[in-house]
Amino acid sequence: MLPWLIKRILMLVPVFLAVSVVIFSILHFIPGDPIDNLLKIGSSPEARAEMEARYGLDRSLPVQYGIWLSNVLQGDLGTAIVARRPVADLIAQALPHSLRLGGLALLFSTVVGVTLGVVAALSRDRWSDRAIMGGVLVGSTMPSFWLGLILILVFSVSLGWFPVSGARGWQSLVLPVLTIGLGGTALVARITRVSMIEASGRDFVTLLHAKGLSPLRIQLRHVLRHALIPVVTILALRIGWILGGAVTVEVVFARPGLGTLLIKSLAQHDYPVVQACLLMLAMAVMLGTLMGDILQALMDPRVRAAMT
Amino acid sequence: MIAPLRAFRHPQGGLAGCWLILVIAAALAAPLLTPYAYDVQNLPQAYQPASARHWLGTDEFGRDLLTRLIYGARTSLSVSATAISISVLCGMVLGAAAAWFGGWLDRAVTMVVDLSWSFPEILIALILVAIIGPGTTGVMIAIAVAYIAQFTRLTRAQIMMLKGETFIEAARSLGAGNAHILFRHLLPNALAPVLVSAMLATGDAIILEATLGFFGLGAQPPVPSWGGMMSAGSALVFKAPWVIVFPGLAVAVTVVAINLYGDALITELDIRSRLRREA
Amino acid sequence: MSALLELQSVSVSIGKVALLDGIGLAVERGQILGLVGESGSGKSLTAMAAMGLLSLIGGRVTAGVVRFDGQDMAAMTEVQRRKLRGRRIGFVTQNPMTALDPVQRIGEQVDIVSRLHLGLSRADARARTLHLLTQLRIPEAATVAEAWPHQLSGGMKQRIVIAMALAGDPDLIIADEPTTALDVTVQAQIIQILGNLVRDRGVSLLLITHDMSVVAQVCDRVAVLYAGRVAEEGPVSPIFAAPAHPYTAALIGCIPQEGMAKGSLAGIPGAVPSAMTFPAGCRFHPRCPRASAACCASQPPILPRGEGRVACHHPEVAA
Repeated sequence: MLPWLIKRILMLVPVFLAVSVVIFSILHFIPGDPIDNLLKIGSSPEARAEMEARYGLDRSLPVQYGIWLSNVLQGDLGTAIVARRPVADLIAQALPHSLRLGGLALLFSTVVGVTLGVVAALSRDRWSDRAIMGGVLVGSTMPSFWLGLILILVFSVSLGWFPVSGARGWQSLVLPVLTIGLGGTALVARITRVSMIEASGRDFVTLLHAKGLSPLRIQLRHVLRHALIPVVTILALRIGWILGGAVTVEVVFARPGLGTLLIKSLAQHDYPVVQACLLMLAMAVMLGTLMGDILQALMDPRVRAAMT
Repeated sequence: MIAPLRAFRHPQGGLAGCWLILVIAAALAAPLLTPYAYDVQNLPQAYQPASARHWLGTDEFGRDLLTRLIYGARTSLSVSATAISISVLCGMVLGAAAAWFGGWLDRAVTMVVDLSWSFPEILIALILVAIIGPGTTGVMIAIAVAYIAQFTRLTRAQIMMLKGETFIEAARSLGAGNAHILFRHLLPNALAPVLVSAMLATGDAIILEATLGFFGLGAQPPVPSWGGMMSAGSALVFKAPWVIVFPGLAVAVTVVAINLYGDALITELDIRSRLRREA
Repeated sequence: MSALLELQSVSVSIGKVALLDGIGLAVERGQILGLVGESGSGKSLTAMAAMGLLSLIGGRVTAGVVRFDGQDMAAMTEVQRRKLRGRRIGFVTQNPMTALDPVQRIGEQVDIVSRLHLGLSRADARARTLHLLTQLRIPEAATVAEAWPHQLSGGMKQRIVIAMALAGDPDLIIADEPTTALDVTVQAQIIQILGNLVRDRGVSLLLITHDMSVVAQVCDRVAVLYAGRVAEEGPVSPIFAAPAHPYTAALIGCIPQEGMAKGSLAGIPGAVPSAMTFPAGCRFHPRCPRASAACCASQPPILPRGEGRVACHHPEVAA
């Protein structure tokens, strides 16, 4: 498995390069010059050139990219133009908040989603299935920022159980995790249900029944194991999705994190920060697919066999 | 009877279809339905809860919420539908070309699509709006680009599947050319699944449009859009929650309706298996 | 003593479609009954009915009785039926390639049967598994038990499935086309293994197949199924010597004979009708060389003939 893992990680290198080119170049199409924000109105062209030179904005794009990439690889993400602090510091402040939020939301969606999916699949076409799938449909069609606002309205404003915003204590995490998690739950529950139903129809399940195993044992010990393989694959592919949810939800709950940082920097045209935020999200997506592949290999001996 | 009509025979599909017709009709006939203007401010009337005069209450500028909701449907529906149409056209061309010609073109398209597919649409759209600038045009293009990957992927899969079918082999052996087979045989057969998933994607696009609007990047005031109406955000939750609740409900109910109607349509067209993997 | 497995005019439907119509057959103790028919004739459905597993495919018994060892299966609770399956009735599926759980080791899949039904400990169950695998002439049983299903060949997998069927020490084995998906050389081995089981262990066997030559080789009795009805049933040798039903005759005609030129198989024109479009009268009449007006009009009753039974308006042996 180790050679495969190394090969798999090496395969991420070109993907990383491609993503970095895209992130770097896209940002240079954004209109609006951050230097304008820094200079006092009526500054001389010399002052402007000096400022551009300081941030390396006067070189050709490929050169800027080369410098940027080599700095990034050394852990230097540049200096935030507006905040005038190392970008790495800003990221280091924001990242733990986002990771905690995203991780808990992922955990919540997986546990609740798989449970709901299993219950729905086991009670297929009965009222509990219909109720769960109806709830799942409604859950997946609510814009996450709106769901967040409604949760604030109910649990913070009316009931006063949780704080409206901020990032102090575990109480402040409950509503944001719920907001992101419910969308993910809908996705997981839907895939779990479909793959459980599909796996129940496979030949080997008939034979398990013919061996006299109890239906519940067949569903939970055999069918669910198969159903989880696509769930893990799709969940891993959709890590970015959950982080995307985090972006809006952080803004709604006024929490520090990558999302808030990204939105703020986009508004301020602060290239280096936006680049770094996007790079972090891209890395999370790539790590997600890697984790998905590894989990899949752990769960399915056929995949392991194909790896050598 | 054609499938879109037959879908109305399903209880859920019928109900959902009626809601969609209602929303579209209301959006088209907006000026006839309401005595109020969507943009005239009336500050003394601000923050009124629902009443006989203002069925859904008024917003922070004293404008009638129902009026703005109906006019907002114009923006939200037209932006989403136009964006998805652009997406479908580009995606079908890219996907068909990739599947048909194969080789390096296919590999390149597949790589770009796979890459962008793992990024959330909201991020792609946010960055694009930042490049193009806020407003309905920017949002439309951003949404269109964000969904191209999905339709490229779907069209490619459909064409790949159809390529091996006997009737294509037959057409080819009769001496039909590339263009003939592609436009007369492959694309028409791939159309139903693509159009149905385009419809479902329009639902997602409405949510995306609302989210961009919530960030203040969509239609610029005073033109209402469902997302833009909520951009005052948590500040209003204390003071006038209905200003937040109703536009969101409009989004959620409409998207649920699109999904239910789409589901009935999928059953009627019998294409569920061909839409698999689009979880 | 009654037959081990007995179906008395059993009818089965899936949804509103009636697929089996008054099936009657019996597997005697220590004997092999061959159940023959083309695909679509209802063979597998009969097996599922005998196992009490129709609900898995959405089917149900609408009339008649399935008896195992004298007991009406419909009168049992689901838990009682579950104790029959695996313990007293072993099942061998059609396609060994898809019959095993791909993410569980071979050994565990066999062990569970004796752990569940015979109450053996893990260690005893494994010992029994290894013993069974060795008896089925699987080389290096211990290694195979630790293997994953995808690492084994089709023939090897089918032996594992047979081992699973035997692990509960059953009285009856139902084998649903156990060789269809296998290579010709392996087919003969599997049939031989199944034949030996009956001789050595006193197990009874319901062998479902579409291959009359297999029936001639190992079976004691044969039941021919056509479009959800029994066409002819009886001991093997008289039926092969003088088939009364034209369909039986045609099936026997399909067996390649020595000295026969390749490609001169007497195939049966047409195909089994689907359950939606069963013809009136005798369901075989559209394909039958002896069809008369009576065949189109009324369904022939199944009547005793010699030691067996036949359902045909013109059961005279064709010249």
